[in-house]
Amino acid sequence: MRFTVKKDKSGVVVVGVDGQLIVGNRQELKQKVLEVLEEGSRKFVIDFSKTGYIDSSGLGVLVSLSKKIREQGGELRLAGLNADLQTLFELTKLDTLFAITRTAEEALAAF
Amino acid sequence: MRLDVPSDLGVVGDAVELVASHLPAGTLSPRRVTFNFRTALAEALGNAIRYGTGEDPAKTVRVRVELSSDAVRIHVLDGGSGFDRAHLPDPTQADNLEREDGRGLWVIRHLVDDVAFNEKGNGICLTLRAG
Repeated sequence: MRFTVKKDKSGVVVVGVDGQLIVGNRQELKQKVLEVLEEGSRKFVIDFSKTGYIDSSGLGVLVSLSKKIREQGGELRLAGLNADLQTLFELTKLDTLFAITRTAEEALAAF
Repeated sequence: MRLDVPSDLGVVGDAVELVASHLPAGTLSPRRVTFNFRTALAEALGNAIRYGTGEDPAKTVRVRVELSSDAVRIHVLDGGSGFDRAHLPDPTQADNLEREDGRGLWVIRHLVDDVAFNEKGNGICLTLRAG
């Protein structure tokens, strides 16, 4: 499990989640994103194309980060969900809370 | 298969991988092992450690996986005082959507075929039928 944080040339921060986003590592993701938010970045994409599973604590931290980013006038988009993860967002109705795109490239293009 | 997991949220991922990697091929499809089995076990372990043992390092959570030709059953026992599952809010209601917590049991119920609790409420049994 690891998180990668990259900024593209237009300033959008792309965070990759490799492995899983669960109760044991959610604080690490939160800290990484909040650090970049405090430095002034406002546009974020979290890329789940290399993510196996997400538990409810992982979903919770995404909700929390989305709120904090919106409070600062920014936006968080999600990308790269496989069919199972997409279903998870639909059954929790979190698909109504987030802008979700098929790929990180599509999310970047939509900003 | 039995495993005593330390009461530490940081080990949940490793514990899930350890159990999943010892699951014999055949009963569950690889996709269900990757997603349903792992997510449900991570949820159950996370709940047991947060609310059952209170992250007390002196305590452990017991995981037992029972295999049969038609199902995999995951038993998670935390030794805590249990909880009142009759009054859990619906996390999909508009007022609850932006809450950070409260989705664990909801997610579990959608990932497995059956959920049962022991009388005290500190043990959960998750059944994934073969397929």
